[in-house]
Amino acid sequence: MNPVVIMDAAAIDRSITRMAHEIVEQNPSAELAFVGIHTHGVPLAQRLARKVQSICGREFPVGSLDITMHRDDLDLRRDLPRVSASHIPWDVNGREVVLVDDVLFTGRSVRAAMDALIDLGRPRRILLAVLVDRGHRELPIRADFVGKNIPTALTERVRVRLREVDQVDEVVVEK
Amino acid sequence: MTTVQWQRKDLVGIYELSAAEIELVLDTARAFKQVGQRAIKKVPTLRGKTLVNLFIEPSTRTRTSFELAAKRLSADVINIDTTASSLVKGETLKDTAKNLEALNADIIVIRHSAAGAAHFLASRLRASVINAGDGAHEHPTQALLDAFTIREKKGRIAGLNVLILGDILYSRVARSNIWLLTKLGARVTLSGPATLVPRQFESFGCRVTYDLDGALAEADVINLLRIQHERQRRSAFPSIGEYSTLFGLTKERFARTKPDALIMHPGPINRGVEIDSDLADCERSVILEQVTNGLAVRMAVLFLCAGGART
Repeated sequence: MNPVVIMDAAAIDRSITRMAHEIVEQNPSAELAFVGIHTHGVPLAQRLARKVQSICGREFPVGSLDITMHRDDLDLRRDLPRVSASHIPWDVNGREVVLVDDVLFTGRSVRAAMDALIDLGRPRRILLAVLVDRGHRELPIRADFVGKNIPTALTERVRVRLREVDQVDEVVVEK
Repeated sequence: MTTVQWQRKDLVGIYELSAAEIELVLDTARAFKQVGQRAIKKVPTLRGKTLVNLFIEPSTRTRTSFELAAKRLSADVINIDTTASSLVKGETLKDTAKNLEALNADIIVIRHSAAGAAHFLASRLRASVINAGDGAHEHPTQALLDAFTIREKKGRIAGLNVLILGDILYSRVARSNIWLLTKLGARVTLSGPATLVPRQFESFGCRVTYDLDGALAEADVINLLRIQHERQRRSAFPSIGEYSTLFGLTKERFARTKPDALIMHPGPINRGVEIDSDLADCERSVILEQVTNGLAVRMAVLFLCAGGART
């Protein structure tokens, strides 16, 4: 089967807008902050933060998190992932942090991200926002905000492309 | 950013690395440097792995640096030094290493007075072998941390004039630095007493000059090497006083260097011999930052060599 485009640029934008409204509904806290997981979570976190800001009229800090050092599959991988620097130039203690990633799959990246974040301090609360939830969790983890639920087979691949990284906005499922 | 993959089990020397591999280590070290700046200075990256510091030659700072790097990656560390080792009871290096491997050590960091010791082990053991200095051959992590420091301070390495001054002949730090800096496009100049800086080093792709003042005037980085009394079979110069008069970095010489020239030294420094004591502490001296960066670079090297599945 050829790749099928599940979301185009307009659909992605609508999803982020809806998630932003849901975040504002649930979290009126002034301590809100956004942290994107490398690589694709980072531009998503920036977009989501901008939307929330435009709704609330307040600015919230945004950061990026590299989870390589906390992964549980390093010993299984032939090719080591590249380690990038995290960039969270603010105190996470007491913050209400929205972790942002592109695809929620096994939940292992989110587990690693929570450990990496907690190493930096003690957030008051951690929430999870993902553009796509494709199912097949291997850990007891769920997202608080989901752009789109896409039921998939394990053999399929979900690719999120974002213009900041890939010059195009789309979500594609490949068999 | 480079896209090269690290495929090496060991780090024996800089000589065999490509420029892209060197840049991968330096980029990776930048991420690991952050870990040391946090409240919780530990990540689980090498949890469950065992590192053996096999130091057959005395060293405090390199051994400590490797030990702390391993601990910050959550690996377990065993230190073996010369006096406690069965090497003094006549065991061969290979048998010592085989015994360590029988304990399922994953990483062996070796310092040895014989050039080639790290290579010898790397080719015989399943464990990762990291060279922490072998004779006058190589000291790869020192060259990597020097390059990391230069890149952090100057923003680049290509095109810089780097002067390495002092005991070149007996120095593994000099050799590793020459290989690394020339691979990354720096212009390397060596200077010091002719007995310790032979012209033959020009075949390494660097320049040898005995015009110290000229070399100092154009240097962007001045890397001072310690006079290694312990390695010299006979004196290469008449006296320490004469060395510091002719080749030491004095205030007078320093005043004629570029205003942004960096002073580096792999330590331990001999104050008043290769460098004036006040200069060692001045704001253009990055000697202590080299120590901090050494930790980040060694974490990166341990991660790259010992992380991931064994092929």
